[in-house]
Amino acid sequence: MLAKRIIACLDVRDGQVVKGVQFEGLRTAGDPAALARRYNAEGIDELVILDVTATLEKRLAMARTVRAVAAELFIPLCVGGGIRGVDDAAAVVEAGADKVSLNSAALADPSLITTLARQYGSQAVIVAIDAKREDARYAVYSRSATVAAGRDAVEWAREAEDRGAGEILLTSIDRDGTKAGFDCEMTAAVSSAVNIPVIASGGAGDFSHFVDVFTRGRADAALAASIFHYQENSVEALKRHLQEAGIPVRLQ
Amino acid sequence: MPIALIDYGAGNLTSVRKAFAHLGAELYQPQSPGDLERASAVVVPGVGHFAATRALTSEWHAAIRAGLDRGQPLFGICLGMQWLFEGSDEAPDCPGLGLLEGRCWKLTGGPERLKVPHVGWNTLEPAGDSALLAGLPAGSSVYFTHSYACPVTPATAATTEYGGERFAAAVDTGQVMGVQFHPEKSGEAGLAILRNFLARVSTRAGAETR
Repeated sequence: MLAKRIIACLDVRDGQVVKGVQFEGLRTAGDPAALARRYNAEGIDELVILDVTATLEKRLAMARTVRAVAAELFIPLCVGGGIRGVDDAAAVVEAGADKVSLNSAALADPSLITTLARQYGSQAVIVAIDAKREDARYAVYSRSATVAAGRDAVEWAREAEDRGAGEILLTSIDRDGTKAGFDCEMTAAVSSAVNIPVIASGGAGDFSHFVDVFTRGRADAALAASIFHYQENSVEALKRHLQEAGIPVRLQ
Repeated sequence: MPIALIDYGAGNLTSVRKAFAHLGAELYQPQSPGDLERASAVVVPGVGHFAATRALTSEWHAAIRAGLDRGQPLFGICLGMQWLFEGSDEAPDCPGLGLLEGRCWKLTGGPERLKVPHVGWNTLEPAGDSALLAGLPAGSSVYFTHSYACPVTPATAATTEYGGERFAAAVDTGQVMGVQFHPEKSGEAGLAILRNFLARVSTRAGAETR
């Protein structure tokens, strides 16, 4: 049976994981490769490295980070953040990324989705959509949720699929960082509208939130960052919880 | 002798190369069909549309078949495994290598109308003895991403089910092997399968030396 995927996100700046990483007894705290190794051992299904580096020069460090993580990881690896065009995508693919995640660049030039899908295959192209509730719609924002894109998340997801995207990474701006749970209504609305997998993101606070997003939210995968950073073996514990709730997961 | 990894432009092969290198295998990229002569085995990878296999011209077909006659093991990954069959409904006018009987067909998602493509980790059901899958724990999961699937035939080593449809997830005739999933992205289970393939290649190389 096809498993619901659990994906860990590493927010990386200048070669270091920056979002609330705090392990005890791990000397390489903040090292993306060390964290990736731990998640892999715990049974994570996939990893996303998100480049939150502000400046162009420091982006050069990103390929090094991707290479270091990819060197010992044999599960799917997606890289996003700051992919502005074909050259950026090529650099991370060359470094070992299996998938690239496009956000603002795809909104600015949707044909980039098709270009990359032709180059690497649709399975390698994820379109990341950051959206929040506004009146009766889900408004899409670009540039780290600061600029209204003037699009609806459901319509944009459909267009992205038509243009060749292989998956949608849907983040609720309202829920991001709140630990109040995923936006299940928004996730279900987008997931029902497309025939490609939807990865839910934003709001994971406890294990029950994952059960909700896989049932009510109709998500194919769920992504989280800080919930995994604090506890040892939390990936495996989450998967056992999901299995007990009747949700198919991959257990090693 | 190194293993030939054929790059015919269907997707990025970095991960496949990395996994084989991790296991200590020496690979090279053949530039022409004649380059296959020095290979200890031939790997045909690939993702994407079946029409991409058109780049594997009749000269490649002939060179790969000649290699099989010399005892070279052949391993198809994802699109590369589909190509081992007669063809695919995805590109009806594009012939496969035709070593395995049957054609690839499009997944429907079944009565539950599951999403197609089939993306993610799914379980393998062994179908008979296969050295390629030797030692794999029961219920092992591997990573898939595909819309078309290979038929279940006597060559099938394992099947997978999606939306009520069962398809060949791995084939193994002894010399001709293939996997629909991505062993290079399937964690320990995937590495174990690649190790089994490499063991097959070195066994054959050892037999030749003797």
